[in-house]
Amino acid sequence: MAVATVTDWTRARPQPSWLARLLDYKPFLVVACLLPAVGLLTVFLTYPLGLGIWLAFTDTKIGRSGVWVGLENFEYLMSDPQFWSAVFYSIFYTAVATFGKFGLGLWLALLLNNHLPFKSLLRAIILLPWIVPTVLSAIAFWWIYDPQFSIVSYVFVDVLGVRDKYFDFLGTTWPARWSLIAANIWRGIPFVAISLLAGLQTISPSLYEAALLDGSTAWQRFRYVTFPLLLPILAIVMTFSIIFTFTDFQLVYAITRGGPVNSTHLMATLAFQRGIAGGELGEGSAIAVAMIPFLVFATLFSYFALARRKWQQGEAND
Amino acid sequence: MDAWTIKEEIVVYIITRRGSIKLGAGAAAALALSNGASAQIPKADAAAPKLPIESGATLRVLRPARFVEPDEVIFRANTEKFAKETGVNVRVDFVGWEDIRQQTAVSANTGAGPDIVLGWAEDPHVYTDKLIELSDIAEYLGKKYGGWMFLGEKYGKRAKSNNWIGLPFGGSTGPIAYRQSALKEAGFDKVPSSHEDFLKLCQALKKANKPAGFALGNAVGDGNGFANWLLWSHGAYLVDEDGKVAINSKETVAALKYLKELYPNFVAGTMSWGDPSNNRAFAASEVWLTANGVSLYFALKNDPATKAIADDTNHAPLPSGVIGKQPQSALVLNAMVFKHSKFQNAAKAYLTYMMEAEQYDTWLTGCLGYWAHPLKAYNASKVWESDPKLAIYREGMNNQFWTGYKGPITQASGTVAAEYIQVQMCASVASGQATPEDAAKEAERRTKRYYRG
Repeated sequence: MAVATVTDWTRARPQPSWLARLLDYKPFLVVACLLPAVGLLTVFLTYPLGLGIWLAFTDTKIGRSGVWVGLENFEYLMSDPQFWSAVFYSIFYTAVATFGKFGLGLWLALLLNNHLPFKSLLRAIILLPWIVPTVLSAIAFWWIYDPQFSIVSYVFVDVLGVRDKYFDFLGTTWPARWSLIAANIWRGIPFVAISLLAGLQTISPSLYEAALLDGSTAWQRFRYVTFPLLLPILAIVMTFSIIFTFTDFQLVYAITRGGPVNSTHLMATLAFQRGIAGGELGEGSAIAVAMIPFLVFATLFSYFALARRKWQQGEAND
Repeated sequence: MDAWTIKEEIVVYIITRRGSIKLGAGAAAALALSNGASAQIPKADAAAPKLPIESGATLRVLRPARFVEPDEVIFRANTEKFAKETGVNVRVDFVGWEDIRQQTAVSANTGAGPDIVLGWAEDPHVYTDKLIELSDIAEYLGKKYGGWMFLGEKYGKRAKSNNWIGLPFGGSTGPIAYRQSALKEAGFDKVPSSHEDFLKLCQALKKANKPAGFALGNAVGDGNGFANWLLWSHGAYLVDEDGKVAINSKETVAALKYLKELYPNFVAGTMSWGDPSNNRAFAASEVWLTANGVSLYFALKNDPATKAIADDTNHAPLPSGVIGKQPQSALVLNAMVFKHSKFQNAAKAYLTYMMEAEQYDTWLTGCLGYWAHPLKAYNASKVWESDPKLAIYREGMNNQFWTGYKGPITQASGTVAAEYIQVQMCASVASGQATPEDAAKEAERRTKRYYRG
């Protein structure tokens, strides 16, 4: 009797449609939601990367599909002094420019973190070199370094009269290399400075007050308060900066095209020069692929060396 | 002077914008004036090939960006005239000089895209099997207009055959451009043709503080033009007739040794010169003798601020050295028609139409002879008499050298130029980074890579 009553009370629930059931099915939902992202990544990231790696093992030229040649491109590059010069300069360029950018960028960030009149305006101005399209700033530097029309030469020779010959910025190996590094540092500082400034502003003023009460010097406050708390941001910014610098292309290509006599080729410009201008797509891809281990190493280095801290695991600082 | 000199022209025209604007107005005038000027071009009787135009035909044409305004204005006007007369709608796309080679490659490989490409010199030879033969119209034009000039045939015909796969539209050359006053001051009344005297001239110019200068940086046009001159005038060459690499020779070493003596007399900074550098330095009276296309002179002439420099400027052949002929080639504009075109007759008719005197002479004149003609009859064009300083460009397509001389015209020769192999060989010697022998060996190693079959 009682059983019958219960049965009467239960209203027949309408069976959900197959679509509703499908959408309630979690594994399907996961796949469906991820699909657009995976599709985009496959089409715009995995495919070009995979194609680039594939091309590196063929002798494809522009206008002619190639055949699989195994490691032949890499073997040739191993014996190619130009390639090694590009590897050397890429590392040198990245190391020196990153060092310069972080030294000056951090300094600038600390200055901007003080209370200055027109603070926001100043910060906006600081960002300018980074906002200007690279090619435009490259062209500006191209003029600055011009053997005949350089403003620097003009000031030193024609205005101040302290030199009797124009600077030859780009005519010989080392001056050309340093000139490009200077241009890269100039361009990279704002990114570092503004990012670090953001990091600085997250540091609680109470920590400084406590340090002051303990009678710390300015250096001690920087060393024991600012620096450790800035480190997570520093690691991320440095990782990005190294990647951007190592894969830099526009500055070098617009200013020197890798000259004089190939001494300022970076791996990226050499890859483009061989692959597109020279038409040897296979060889150019091989150079580009050869950049990957360096990038992976640089990323891992800055990540682990600078950021091996618990904040990565989401725990509190020690 | 080689492919890609166009970039230099563009930059020059950015710099002297005033001149450019003036030229813009001048272009329309030139267009109006030169109509009817074609009357003086001698024509022989020749039966035009029968090219029944397909019904509903439309054409797409790809060509490099203009170097001066009239190039584009008149090219479009001629195209429009063709469209009006035949009812064939033609769309012309002007693409950047750096991109056209890649776009040609894509079009050839995918079998889609433009019907006609006016590309660079070697390109038809790279895509031979993707192109239709143009022998009928080339032979007709040759017959009608007094025959093709040397580079016209060289770049038009498939290697070792009489089959035309390209239709050269014109070529640009880069002889010596110099300041007459400087030459006089150095004690010369003309640019000497022997290496020895040319060295003396450069030394004297240096002493007079009016130095010469040639690009030794990664300048595709000017750098390769200078390197080619240096090698060819010493009897050296990149590859032999069969395409075997022959750059590492005693002639090359001799040429590089000569460069070692010549280079210290250049204006400072030529190691980092790009294509526009010598134009700028010349316009600023920083360099007094260099090699360049006609554009240099015209940029000066059209800008009132540099008119005086233009009046003092003259052109001379490159020193011929031991070879006895002009050791230079030309940047050739070479037309091709793809097999995938649905309207091949229309395409051929269009190309023929553009090469006929009524259209071609207008274009040649409007461009001030920048693209020197490939057909002999156009020697009579008025443009060559309009300014005696232009005369040297008239025979541009008759130069007996080509990119990758003495070998067949292939993709590899284009790559060697694009990779600056010869330029860097010269630059490494001039800067003292390598001995002539080592530099020649390195150039050989790199060249072999691209000629490896």
